[in-house]
Amino acid sequence: MAVLLMETPVSEIAPRRIARESQLGLMWRRFRQHRLALISLWVVVFFYAVAILAEFLSPTDPSAYNARYTYAPPQGIHFFDRNEDGSWYFGPFVYGYKTEIDPVALRRTFVIDEEVRLPVRFFAESAPYRLAGLIPMSTRFIGLENPRDPFYILGADRLGRDLLSRLIHGTRISLSIGLAGVTLSLFFGIVIGGFAGFYGGRFDGVVMRVVEFIRSMPTIPLWLGLAAALPRDWSALQTYFAITIILSLIGWTELARVVRGRFLSLRTEDFVTAAQLDGASDWRIVTRHMVPSFTSHIIAAATLAIPGMILAETALSFLGLGLQAPIVSWGTLLQDAQNIRTLATAPWLLMPGLCVIVVILALNFLGDGLRDAADPHGR
Amino acid sequence: MVGFIVRRFIAMLLTLLAVSIVAFAIIQLPPGDFLTSYIAQLASTGDQVDPRVIENLRAQYGLGEPFYVQYWKWITGVVQGNFGHSFEWKRPVWELIWGRIGNSILLEGLAVIVMWFVALPIGIYAAVRKYSLGDYLSTILGFIGLAVPNFLFALILMYLAYTWFGTTLGGLFSPEFEMARWSLPRVWDFLSHAWAPVLVLATAGTAELIRILRANLLDEMKKPYVVTARAKGLPEWKVILKYPVRLALNPLISTIGWLLPALVSGSVIVSVVMNLPTAGPMLLRSLTTQDMYLAGAIILLLSVLTVIGTLISDILLALIDPRIRYGAR
Repeated sequence: MAVLLMETPVSEIAPRRIARESQLGLMWRRFRQHRLALISLWVVVFFYAVAILAEFLSPTDPSAYNARYTYAPPQGIHFFDRNEDGSWYFGPFVYGYKTEIDPVALRRTFVIDEEVRLPVRFFAESAPYRLAGLIPMSTRFIGLENPRDPFYILGADRLGRDLLSRLIHGTRISLSIGLAGVTLSLFFGIVIGGFAGFYGGRFDGVVMRVVEFIRSMPTIPLWLGLAAALPRDWSALQTYFAITIILSLIGWTELARVVRGRFLSLRTEDFVTAAQLDGASDWRIVTRHMVPSFTSHIIAAATLAIPGMILAETALSFLGLGLQAPIVSWGTLLQDAQNIRTLATAPWLLMPGLCVIVVILALNFLGDGLRDAADPHGR
Repeated sequence: MVGFIVRRFIAMLLTLLAVSIVAFAIIQLPPGDFLTSYIAQLASTGDQVDPRVIENLRAQYGLGEPFYVQYWKWITGVVQGNFGHSFEWKRPVWELIWGRIGNSILLEGLAVIVMWFVALPIGIYAAVRKYSLGDYLSTILGFIGLAVPNFLFALILMYLAYTWFGTTLGGLFSPEFEMARWSLPRVWDFLSHAWAPVLVLATAGTAELIRILRANLLDEMKKPYVVTARAKGLPEWKVILKYPVRLALNPLISTIGWLLPALVSGSVIVSVVMNLPTAGPMLLRSLTTQDMYLAGAIILLLSVLTVIGTLISDILLALIDPRIRYGAR
């Protein structure tokens, strides 16, 4: 019998093909089942791409103002139009503006002038700039033939600045502050939560009380108090980092809890005991045996923490105590929309709010999907 | 039960101590001491500064002394109801804030009640009629509540009210009722103003509560005792309301404890947007003018409110669930 088995070629013993899948492959498979998460992944990728390519994608300089076009309404982009002789015009273009005097308020208002057609060019020439501050370039994704013509796809603000350009630049700040805040929180969370979970005992008790305490405080008054203490003469960059630190002072608690929980549940696992019996150092056990087995959970938790950061920054800047004027973020943009009368004349100023909602939803779904995928064998 | 409450109470006192230290640290945060800027401000308006007054203030607040001495002087004052002096308004802090804190409590309390009354029936409906149209609608509502920051919701609501009905939402009273005593017309006036901010404040929490209630109820409804109740011929509404709902309520009450911080936070920013006479706008103003004793007092009181709210929810939870009362903690 044994002889016979040994002589049979392997292929005949196991004719069925065994499917193999790496851990990552399993996760991806699991992730794809969550339809919303998959869509959200693309939405998030899109927004981050916009953030990276901000200078290239924005039609104009976000701080270029033109007092002649205050609160000019959105032009939109059009593709088809009737020529005067009845033939069709194809290609992207925007309409120009004409001014009218509002008979009631006696105020100059802009209306779209369908007589004037301004063709939109792709890869239009522009003043030289550096993409992300590094790569010198002199074309933008879209632009008008004559750079002096008004180009306000999403409308203009109080100083006649292009809302679309500001929105795109704001995306960069808002999304990056979310990432930076979470990275910092993650650092504190892993170090503090890791120690608490690994060593347990009294240190764990103290850390958990501190976490509970911080989480029982109303965050916005606390953030406001801290942000108000920032010196007014700090540069934009300094404020940016200071705000990031303030946000993560509270943000680390949730991540520390997740990390601690993971450590606690892994500490009693057999493979950890085995490593301890082998005489591995604590450091080695943590970095080689424990961390890899919950990295995916941490990534999911971190993704779910980003929306909170973005919302917090938006709220702080909206109240005027977060990022300050030359920096453009969704929060500082929404600050312009605080006044109901302004809002009535220029409702398009709420546009950054729409971006906030879309990104927050997408990141939440993405985090949900990642959390499911982090444990591909479950359920 | 008494032991449980006493333990919780001691824990609360410790938390309050920590809260007061944080609030005082925030008072101390701005560079320089406030007295110097106060003198500068007085001098710039041409007022005479009496050195003896300055000396008195310096002694009263313990300026120039170590942190703990200053903290001690402040906290002993606070316990006696003396929250310090607002240098912008030139009045004692307590006089300025008690009315506003009262409005805050009123609004947040109303928001909690609305949250409960809306979330309870919707949550039960969504669980009982799982995957029905109503269930999906409530899920969508949940996502909206999750993603729309409440100040944005307030802005949108104000914009819609302005463009559709030409009314400006905002404030809590009409001018003629601002200073009046409480009376039936004033209550009516208050309600006709307060619905909007209460609605805004309640959305996020409502969405969260519906989600939790639905999940809990779905778990409970699978259990054998529900089948037993049904088999005994109880009408369906009685089966649901009498057993699983009562169990599912449990986590709901504990949720109030951690929804409160978010609610208090939210009310600050919503009040600024809707121009409500609550503590929020005053906090913002005091922080921008660095009127730190006022700001510190508001931060302290808002946090104290949250802590007390959490204590109440803990005690309620213990009242309802004997497992918590007699548990290890």
